[in-house]
Amino acid sequence: MRMATYPEDCLYTREHEWIRVEDDVGVIGITDYAQEALGDIVYVELPSVGDHFSQGEPFGNVESVKAVSELYMPVSGEVVEINEDLAESPQLVNEDPYGDGWMVKITLSDPTELETLMSASEYEEYVKEERQKEK
Amino acid sequence: MHEALGARFTEFAGWLMPVQYTGAIEEHLAVRTAAGLFDVSHMGRLEVRGRDALTLIQKVTCNDAARLRDHQVQYSALTTERGTFVDDLTVYRFREDHFLLCVNAANREKDLRWIRQHREDEEAEVYDVSDQMAQLALQGPAATEILQPLTDVQLDHIRFYWFEQGEVAGVSALISRTGYTGEDGFELYIPAASAEWVWNRLLDAGQSAGMKPCGLAARNTLRLEARLLLYGHDMDETTTVWEADLGWIVKLEKGDFIGREALRRQKAEGLRRKLVGFEVLDRAPAREGYPVLIHGRVVGQVTSGSYAPFLRKNIGLTYLPIEHTAIGTRFHIRVRGREVEAEVVPTPFYKRPR
Repeated sequence: MRMATYPEDCLYTREHEWIRVEDDVGVIGITDYAQEALGDIVYVELPSVGDHFSQGEPFGNVESVKAVSELYMPVSGEVVEINEDLAESPQLVNEDPYGDGWMVKITLSDPTELETLMSASEYEEYVKEERQKEK
Repeated sequence: MHEALGARFTEFAGWLMPVQYTGAIEEHLAVRTAAGLFDVSHMGRLEVRGRDALTLIQKVTCNDAARLRDHQVQYSALTTERGTFVDDLTVYRFREDHFLLCVNAANREKDLRWIRQHREDEEAEVYDVSDQMAQLALQGPAATEILQPLTDVQLDHIRFYWFEQGEVAGVSALISRTGYTGEDGFELYIPAASAEWVWNRLLDAGQSAGMKPCGLAARNTLRLEARLLLYGHDMDETTTVWEADLGWIVKLEKGDFIGREALRRQKAEGLRRKLVGFEVLDRAPAREGYPVLIHGRVVGQVTSGSYAPFLRKNIGLTYLPIEHTAIGTRFHIRVRGREVEAEVVPTPFYKRPR
């Protein structure tokens, strides 16, 4: 099995979302581990621009051939952009989870919430524990 | 052995089953364009032996097993007195006094009990031989070219829904031209102890043709595209054979069988609902259990539904009131609170080119 990747410039949730904050905007997607576990993604259901979500609130769904999984907001904020390409090409989430497979961009309402998220190395440890549980 | 290939597993009817190896879509497409290899050893296998084996089978199934010749296979159903499904199955005839029934994994004990319970003075015994055998399915347009070098049996001579006995990779095998994918292909019944050996020989033999090992996820999407029903989802003890739109396996004229009266009556009175195939007119797949609505009223639920990897559409099956089952009829499916439109379409969704 190939090794999952964990970019250093992202922060991570226990539900396997990542967020990358550039200026005041947070870009959000699901992790390499998550896309691998889900398998071939065939549909991504995203919110509308202008929707507001609290930290931990479900904001959409990602659907593979096998299952539907909810997406959870890493931090509170308002959606300012969604990845329109995913409607036509949901497989981008499998192919490039931290890049072209991003899902939404938000403006953060409380940047201090970022402190509750995991760093790349913490998340990597967390995934190792999750994999142990699988066995 | 499957773990070595990177398979991911799930529990199914007490079996640890590979869900996927390299990816559900890749596996699905391999079967449509080249070949796929499935371990379907979880299926139940019952043997019926004895002078009255045929008589007993005729009594418990709705298709006409008397039409079978030696080494022929038939799709059929074990039916209740109400004409509903105890199970669906394939009936293999070796001789008039010796049959093999391939049944659903989850139903194997129920079926065995059911058949034994309905045996009266017939001289026939039913045995569960599932654990002695492994079952592999080699499916796809390249199946014959992959299997032929490994066997002494002339595969061209086995017609669809017939079988032969011979050797595969030096192991004695029943080779049947059957499957659950909508493609040409074979199912191999082999001694359980030889499963890993034969599996590995087939993997080697299929490599250059692009064959892939396939898991349960691909098996499910393949059978759905071909509109092959799945027991416990698309039909069960609450749905009749007519309602499941499997009327072609009901032979009322064959003589008495369990459920015949109910099926005859339902045919005369007409159906109130029927299983249909639909296409979702939306990007969201409709999955099993999602509510189905007509004019805003819930009339049922999706029994099977998925993204169809070869057709690149969202398809599914559901029971609809009979007046709404015409091709082209539009209805709605509730997908997580949102109502998406769907349309009744002709099935099978996918039919292989001949």
